[in-house]
Amino acid sequence: MTAAFSPHADRMPIEGADVCVIGAGPAGALVADRLADDHEVVMLDAGPRFDPADRLARQERAIRPAYDRPDVWDVGGERDAHSASGEWFYPLNHARVKGIGGSTLHWQGMVMRLHEDDFNSGSARGVGPDWPIDYADLRPYYAAAEREFGVAGASDNPYAPPREEPYPMPAFEPSYSDSLFADACEELGIDMHSVPNARNSETYDDRSACVGYGTCQPVCPSGAKYDATVHAERAEAKGATVIDRAPVQRLAHDADRVRAAVYATPDGEEYRQTAEAFVVACGGVETPRLLLLSESEQYPDGLANSSGLVGRFFMDHLFAGMGGRLSEPTRQNHVGFLTSECHQFYDEADGEIAPFKLEFFNYDGPSPVEVALSGDDWGDALLEELRGAYGDHIGMGALVEQLPQAESRVALDHDRADDHGNPVPDVRWTVDDRALRTIERANEVQREILEALGAEITWHVGPEDTGPAYHHMGTTRMGEDPTESVVNAELRTHDLENCWIASSSVFPTAGAVNPTLTIAALALRAADAVGASLA
Amino acid sequence: MELTRRDAAAALAAIGATGGIALGVRRNEREGSSSEPNTSASDGGVRATLIAVAEVVYPTEVSGIEAFVDGFLEGRLAGGDHASGIRTAVTELDEHALSWYDRRVTELSREERDRLLREVGADSAEEDPNGTTAERIRYYVVNELLLALYTAPTGGELVGIENPQGHAGGAESYTQGSR
Ligand SMILES: Cc1cc2nc3c(=O)[nH]c(=O)nc-3n(C[C@H](O)[C@H](O)[C@H](O)COP(=O)(O)OP(=O)(O)OC[C@H]3O[C@@H](n4cnc5c(N)ncnc54)[C@H](O)[C@@H]3O)c2cc1C
Ligand code: SF4
Repeated sequence: MTAAFSPHADRMPIEGADVCVIGAGPAGALVADRLADDHEVVMLDAGPRFDPADRLARQERAIRPAYDRPDVWDVGGERDAHSASGEWFYPLNHARVKGIGGSTLHWQGMVMRLHEDDFNSGSARGVGPDWPIDYADLRPYYAAAEREFGVAGASDNPYAPPREEPYPMPAFEPSYSDSLFADACEELGIDMHSVPNARNSETYDDRSACVGYGTCQPVCPSGAKYDATVHAERAEAKGATVIDRAPVQRLAHDADRVRAAVYATPDGEEYRQTAEAFVVACGGVETPRLLLLSESEQYPDGLANSSGLVGRFFMDHLFAGMGGRLSEPTRQNHVGFLTSECHQFYDEADGEIAPFKLEFFNYDGPSPVEVALSGDDWGDALLEELRGAYGDHIGMGALVEQLPQAESRVALDHDRADDHGNPVPDVRWTVDDRALRTIERANEVQREILEALGAEITWHVGPEDTGPAYHHMGTTRMGEDPTESVVNAELRTHDLENCWIASSSVFPTAGAVNPTLTIAALALRAADAVGASLA
Repeated sequence: MELTRRDAAAALAAIGATGGIALGVRRNEREGSSSEPNTSASDGGVRATLIAVAEVVYPTEVSGIEAFVDGFLEGRLAGGDHASGIRTAVTELDEHALSWYDRRVTELSREERDRLLREVGADSAEEDPNGTTAERIRYYVVNELLLALYTAPTGGELVGIENPQGHAGGAESYTQGSR
């Protein structure tokens, strides 16, 4: 593929930088964009700047069976080597993208605010810590994040936290299969409401409205789905420098301050980017890894790790699902996003049952073209097979909160090195019983709905075969007490006065909504704190 | 069902002119397995062969195959690794036809073409742009054609989905019941 044009092709450090942002996913790109108006900003990313002209070719990879999901965005190989020695296997390279835009290049793009109780799990539900901030602290930043992403949504979710203003764009219309679900849910007294999508229901910010390619996850060729290239490019337009293929190897520091981000470049050189302030935004796995790799005499257990908690409390959302077939057309796989969900059971959470939300699929069952490419036949026989395989599938998903547990963690695997000789991340994932019970509970509701619908249930993902939703949280948790947390409520590391973290790694608890709107809100909040420190 | 110019344009818009191979493959990468024959089929020959294969791998109720295949190949053969992958695979298929049937693919009956594809193993092979002959014929010939058909509106409609995955068919059809 062609290398994308890189305005900063020599990858040399910038002199006199105020802020160095590490990681160009949504967290880093939003911080860079927010600060670039008034400050000299440099953003370093481990991965490449992908050429937008290649998106159709990447879409072809998403459809063709010769390619695995990580191949779509060139994830894998030595650069991305990892271990998973925990009780539960963690498929890390299915769960991230490295490059300008970060994992939002691959993401689904559903974006909700956490519920108010999610900020107070300990006091409201009797388990886990409270966050050092409340919903009210984040509320204006949530609104700003929705404007930045461009969120299409409606205020029809009675269980969602209070909002001050409408979404930037109208919600997508419910799908045909939503209308089938609606009858069954009404009969059962279960509410359905729209999904807020970081996806254009109309032209927004010069990006096109959704045109229905149907491959949102892992790639949207039209750019209707938000990804963080939007903010990386906007930051550049304001004068920020974005350096791709520049993996930061370690943070050089003294006792109180980070002095430089030491990064490698493709030509085998190593450079030092100095700055007044540093923002680490490498995602929930690479962020703790970079801190651990930056160990020193002052910080023998890793940078910013006086608490010993860097890498601890790794969490993801667990998936619960069920589906089957109806005796009528269900119109799946026209688009690749969801239009309805249900938060009705979310705030019934307590110490025994975790919060969860239900999702109504628009893409259950096979997509005909994918079946066609992997079948053993062609011609009329294939068409017959496709007609049998497609048309009447219907399904539901759910996201379930898992509790923070110290033994669930990201550590370094000293027996395995990446392409620069650094120990790879070892995701030692464990899952608590409350989460497993809650998956069963979600399955019960799903079964009720599907039975009311008259579906023949053909698949089921329960506690025994659940998997992660690819949301990496908890590994540099936020808190007031420096012995029990890594960053403070302003997201500054307790140990270092000029180092902030923008990531879901700061979440003390997970909640059960997709994390990225909260990541964005926190990133904007962190940017304000960084800006204030430079003033 | 008639394949139209719109379908060809849609297929090309959906799958792109260059093809995924331009991006290189990580999985199943094998060294030295892509034997590049010296003689590569001419574009006219490639088109004719793919049309002949399409007549086998497309369902019989599809018409307008020639213009459709011609239309989307226009972009796919325009250059790059994918185009040369297609040419190589077509040449190899033709070589098999010559050695087993003494005729080119385009000269075989429909039944013979079907048998030839099965004899090279393209029916049970998993597609792989860097794989064995069977895997590459599956990737560059059979699946190239199936991908184009089933990401096009007419191909989707055959199965009951007028906006198939890969086709930018707008954000309305998902809200509507069957037509
Ligand atoms: C398949 C999938 C579907 C998803 N769907 C949703 C969804 O619907 N809703 C939702 O809210 N979330 C979803 N997510 C999660 C979402 O993508 C992430 O929460 C979000 O991208 C995290 O943003 P981030 O900026 O913190 O990290 P990332 O987006 O992961 O970006 C981190 C960046 O840091 C860079 N980096 C890492 N280490 C270094 C280093 N040492 N030096 C320099 N750079 C480095 C990486 O290259 C990367 O570009 C999904 C994720 C996946 C994989
Ligand atoms: S359906 Fe998804 S992939 Fe297609 S245009 Fe809309 S957002 Fe993009």
